[in-house]
Amino acid sequence: MIAVAAGGDILSLITVFVLAAFVGFEVIAKVPSTLHTPLMSGTNAIHGVVLVGAMLVLGTVHGTGELVLGFAAVVLATLNVVGGFVVTDRMLEMFKVRKPPKVSTEAASAVAPSTEGDSK
Amino acid sequence: MSLGTGIRLADLIAAICFILALRGLTGPKTARYGNLLGAGGMALAVSITFATNGLHHFLLIAIAMLVGTAIAVPAARLVKMTAMPQMVAAFNGVGGGAAALIALSKFVTAPTGKLAVYQVVEVLLGVVIGCVSFSGSCIAFAKLQELMTGRAITYPGQQVWNAIVGAGILGLAITLCLSSTSWLIVIVLALALIFGVAFVLPIGGADVPVLISLLNSFTGLAVAASGFVLHSVVLVVAGTLVGASGTLLTQKMSQAMGRSLPNILFSAFGSVITATGGAEGDTTRSVRSASAEDVAILLAYANKVIIVPGYGLAVAQAQHTIRELADLLESRGVEVIYAIHPVAGRMPGHMNVLLAEANVPYEQLKEMDEANPEFQSADVALVVGANDVVNPAAKNNPDSPIYGMPILAVDEARNIVFMKRSMRPGFAGIDNELLFDPKTTMLFGDAKDSLTKVVAAVKAL
Repeated sequence: MIAVAAGGDILSLITVFVLAAFVGFEVIAKVPSTLHTPLMSGTNAIHGVVLVGAMLVLGTVHGTGELVLGFAAVVLATLNVVGGFVVTDRMLEMFKVRKPPKVSTEAASAVAPSTEGDSK
Repeated sequence: MSLGTGIRLADLIAAICFILALRGLTGPKTARYGNLLGAGGMALAVSITFATNGLHHFLLIAIAMLVGTAIAVPAARLVKMTAMPQMVAAFNGVGGGAAALIALSKFVTAPTGKLAVYQVVEVLLGVVIGCVSFSGSCIAFAKLQELMTGRAITYPGQQVWNAIVGAGILGLAITLCLSSTSWLIVIVLALALIFGVAFVLPIGGADVPVLISLLNSFTGLAVAASGFVLHSVVLVVAGTLVGASGTLLTQKMSQAMGRSLPNILFSAFGSVITATGGAEGDTTRSVRSASAEDVAILLAYANKVIIVPGYGLAVAQAQHTIRELADLLESRGVEVIYAIHPVAGRMPGHMNVLLAEANVPYEQLKEMDEANPEFQSADVALVVGANDVVNPAAKNNPDSPIYGMPILAVDEARNIVFMKRSMRPGFAGIDNELLFDPKTTMLFGDAKDSLTKVVAAVKAL
């Protein structure tokens, strides 16, 4: 379906649009609140695909004004895509550290008394 | 296989990568993998674009990409974890701007007369949504970066003005579709930028994260619109995915705060006035403030202390000092736990990230539902730089803008210690009754300074 639409016929594009909308809703139906921020950041990076569009514009225009427009679009889009993925990766790096790390000895001894009060 | 087919196939693979990336990002174990997969799909989609038939200006494209990368990487790498949310806002805004520029360029290269009505509509959607997202994100960034007040900004007739601007955009858009007066697009662009600003101004600081999520989905839709303009399937797929999932995510975020989305977006128009009206009378009321030594005694002789960290702690970079205090108290036999509100910090999950950075033992972090029953048996609730997430107005005052937001039951503890810089209301701009409670002790000052003093005082005991 997606490949068929690549011809760019408006109805096929609308078909792709509607199907993608459903997928977008379905695919994140279950997400814990701790991951809300990284997920937002991740989707932010994905719409950085606008870079592809910006490249197509800059690569096909001629006049100076249009070149400036296209150049600006590529710069902005690159910011979006590169910054988006890097920020998301940094957020998730932090989540990885959430496993209790190999704490130094003083911290390890300090943890011990706190566990007794935990309600399971 | 022709080159065109190859590009289409690559676009299909990229689209699949994006879908799987979203799925991956919904689980803690798969999240990193999901993000990498998204980046991989992106790299494929971008690199295959260089093979497009009739593409020129490779050098210019490369330079533009280098410039963008040279700005984005250090910005994203070096920004403090506390400033992540505004970084997301900024990167989202430029994406919207890029989508608007793409749509605009189509309009500039082909005079209106030669575009079919549906093509003009595509361009308009891209320009309008992209511009709203761009200027709205700029304001959101300014609010979070504290370049301007984080409070809701309201003025008389706000809704009327917004409606006039909205109607203006619509009217001009229709005119553009029907006539060939192409310079009108400049006015549409300007009005859309104004609308983005006006839309965001009345949204109070605490709600800005939800707003960024909404603007994120707007940018997705703007990208989809520019995909229609350029007949690019990969843009339509990815833009729509983000538009749809972003909308759902926005809804989930507002649910996590116990609010409805319309309430967040539009409540400031009416209710903030009543909230600030109530605040004026409070300035004369007395609060109990104490020295670091008093607080140290209170903490050191308690059996159980619950630490409620907030954004003030993160901003003061006091994660390590609070851990030092916790360790010290535990060595004296005090039971210490951290109660983490789901939206503590600036965004859902933000506080966990910040505390993990300071190596706070994971077992000591309690989610809100787990922590709330503990407050009854706590001798001291130590609130460090948090305010809105412990405000009982969310439980007791139906007029409050944060009414209905789940809060930490700090008011149930026997003693409450607030470490705050001032009596200023929190990020949401709402007064907190709890500060005036007889069992509350205030310790004014920067969270890190205060904590350092308390640590020294506990050691001296």
